[in-house]
Amino acid sequence: MTTIRTLLAITALSSLTLTGALAQETIFLSTQLRPVEEATKVRQIILRSAPNPVTFVVEEPSPFQTRMDAETQAGRRTISMVGALHGELSPLVGSKGLDPVDDLAAKARERGVPDAMMALGKLGTDKQMYIPWMQATYIMAARKEALQYLPAGADVNALTYAQLKDWAKNIQDRTGKRALGFPAGPKGLMARFFQGYLYPSYTGGVVATFKSADAEAMWTAFKDLWTHVNPNSASYDFMQEPLMAGEVMIAFDHVARLKDALVAAPNDYVTFPAPSAGKGRGFMPVVAGLGIAPGAPNRAGAAAAIDHLLKPETQVAMARELGFFPVVKADLPADLPGGIKLLVEGVAKTQGAKDALVSLLPVGLGAKGGEFSKVYMDTFQAIVLRGAPIRATLDAQAATLQTIMNETKAPCWAPDKASSGACQVN
Amino acid sequence: MTRSRVLPYLLIGPATVFLVLLFVVPLVQTIALAFTDNGEASLTNFRKMVGDLNFGLSISNTFLLVLAVIPLQLCLALTMAMMVQKLDKGRDLVLWIMIIPLGISDLAAGLVWLTILQDRGYFNTVLNMLGLIDGPVNWLSYESPVSLFVGVMLAEIWRATAIVVVILISGLQLIPKEYSEAAEVFGASSWTRFRKITLPLLKPSIQSALILRTVLAFEVFAVVYALSGRNFPVLVGEAYAWQHVNQNNGVAAAYAILVMVISLAATLVYIRTLRTPPEMQS
Repeated sequence: MTTIRTLLAITALSSLTLTGALAQETIFLSTQLRPVEEATKVRQIILRSAPNPVTFVVEEPSPFQTRMDAETQAGRRTISMVGALHGELSPLVGSKGLDPVDDLAAKARERGVPDAMMALGKLGTDKQMYIPWMQATYIMAARKEALQYLPAGADVNALTYAQLKDWAKNIQDRTGKRALGFPAGPKGLMARFFQGYLYPSYTGGVVATFKSADAEAMWTAFKDLWTHVNPNSASYDFMQEPLMAGEVMIAFDHVARLKDALVAAPNDYVTFPAPSAGKGRGFMPVVAGLGIAPGAPNRAGAAAAIDHLLKPETQVAMARELGFFPVVKADLPADLPGGIKLLVEGVAKTQGAKDALVSLLPVGLGAKGGEFSKVYMDTFQAIVLRGAPIRATLDAQAATLQTIMNETKAPCWAPDKASSGACQVN
Repeated sequence: MTRSRVLPYLLIGPATVFLVLLFVVPLVQTIALAFTDNGEASLTNFRKMVGDLNFGLSISNTFLLVLAVIPLQLCLALTMAMMVQKLDKGRDLVLWIMIIPLGISDLAAGLVWLTILQDRGYFNTVLNMLGLIDGPVNWLSYESPVSLFVGVMLAEIWRATAIVVVILISGLQLIPKEYSEAAEVFGASSWTRFRKITLPLLKPSIQSALILRTVLAFEVFAVVYALSGRNFPVLVGEAYAWQHVNQNNGVAAAYAILVMVISLAATLVYIRTLRTPPEMQS
C-alpha cells in the first residue's frame, strides 16, 4: 500500500515539475529552416544563446496552417511564436492566429528594419502582425562549364531574356541538352518567377498589366524560350538537385533552394541576377516574419526570443550558417563560407543592378494568396505547356484575377502604380 | 430477456460511434464547406471548380485511368487467382510474393516506379545497355503524355492488383469442388468449366472486388503525384491542390463531393449489373 502511495506521489510530483518546465519554455513553430541540418543549426547555434529556452519545431506550410487553425478553434494554445514567410502568415490574420506585436515594433525599427518591410508586416491591417525576421530573394546559378556557350557580347551579370534564350539555345545546339531549368514542379516557386521577375521586367507591373500588349509579347517570347528549357522543369521543386546531378546547367530559384548545390561545390558555380527585359530587371525580395499567437502560453518568452533573433549578431549568424540575410542593420563578415559567399554575391548583384525593378510580395490578399499564384501558374500551363492561344488565355485568367482583387479589395502594389481601391487589371 | 434484445445494438454500438465520429461528421462538414461561401449558402465553390483550367482534364484523366486499369486488373487478378488455386506446392509462398505490393503505401509505390521510369532510372539504364537508346529518354514529362499515362497505369496495376487477387482467391475457395468434378465427368473442357461454373459462382466476389477497386481508383492520387507531379491532373490531386496549394478548402470540398458522387454512382452500377439472385448464392 505504502509503495503504491509513494509511486502515486512521485508521479504527481514529476508531472508537476513537468508542467513547471513547460510553462518556462517557448514553443516556436516554423515553416522555415525545415531540413534537418538547418533545424539543427537553429537549435544548436542560433537559439542556444537565447536568454530563455526555446523549442524549435518545424512544419510544412500546409500542416502549419491546419495546426494554427486547429489551436485557434480549440481555444487551447501550445505554440507561442511562429516563424513563416510573409505569404504564409497572411492567412493567419483572417483565421485569428496572430496577436498584434506593436510592442516589439519600435525595437525592430531601431535596429534598422526598413520601413517598407515593417509595413509588409502589418498584413493589410493597422497593427504590426509580424516582425520581419530574415530575407532572401531569387537568383540564377550556372555551372561554370556553361559560360563558354554565352552568346557573343553577353555579360552574365547583365543578361536580357533574349540573351538567356540564345545561351540556352547555344547549349542545346552544341550539346543536345536542354540545360536551362526552372522550378515549375508542384512545390516549386515558379509563380514567384512570373510575379516578381518576368511580368515586371516585360510589363512594368504584375496585376494591372496582366493582359496588356506587353504581356502578350512576353508570353510569346517566354514560350519560345521554353523550347530550350529542360522538360523536367515541370517537375522540379528545388533547383539544387538537378544542378548537382548535371541535368541542368543554368537555373533560377530561391537562394535557399540553390544553397546545397553551391555549398557542396562552390568552385563549380557562378551566381548572377535574373535577366532583364524592356521595363527593367524585376526582382522580388522575400521576407519571413516572426509572430506571436493570441493567448500564447508564454508571450514573454516569445517576445524575448524575437528580440534575440533580431540582434545583429544573431542575424549575421543566420546568414553565415543558413544563407538567409539580415533584415536589421548588420555587416556581413568577409570570411563567409564559399557557397554562402556565392549566394551573397548573387543577391548583391541583383539588388545593385542599375536597372533593378523591385517587385513586392503580394500585399493584402490574405487567404487568397494561393489562388493569386494559381492564376499565374494556370496561365503558364495553358500557354506554354498546353499551347493554348495567348490572347484568349490572358483574357480568361484576367477575369479570375480581377475577381480575386475585388474580393480582397487589395490595392495595387509595386511595381504596379498605387491604386485607391481594389487593383484593376487594365 | 431484455439482454438478448439489447445485445446486438451493444455489439454494433462501438462501430457505429466510430463511423459517426470519423465518417458522418466529417462528411456533413465537407458538404457544408462545399455549399457555402463566406458562411452563406452558395454554389460558388462548384462554379469555381467547373470553371477551373484543370477540371475537364482531371475528369477525363481519372476516367481514362479507371477504364484502362480496372478491366486489365480484373483479368490479371483472375488469371493469378486461378494459377494460385491450381498450385500444389509453394502456394503460400507464391501468394505471399503476389501480395507484397499490398503492404506498400501508395506514395512509396509511386516512388518505386519513379526510380524505374525517370530520366536516369533503371528502365533507361537497361535500354541504354541494350543499345536501344543513346541518352536518357524522358518518359514522364508533359511532352510525352502517352508514356506518362502508360507509366501511371503500370504503377497502378502493379500496386493494386493484389487486393483483387486476395478477394478472388477467398471467393474461389468457397466454390465447392463437386460442381467442377461433376462437369468434368460429363466431359466439360476446363474453359467451359471456368466459364459456366467458376465465373458465375465467383460473381459476388468479383462484385466486391470491382466495387472496392473502382472506388479506390477514382481516388487515385499518390502514385500519380509521385510520377507526374502536375503533368497528369486527376480529381483527388485537384482537391489536394485546392486545399494545400491554392488554400481554398471550399473548392477542395467541392472536388471531394464530386469524387464521392462518382464513386457512389459506380458502386450502384456494379450492384445493379452484377446482381446475384439470393437463390443463386452459394
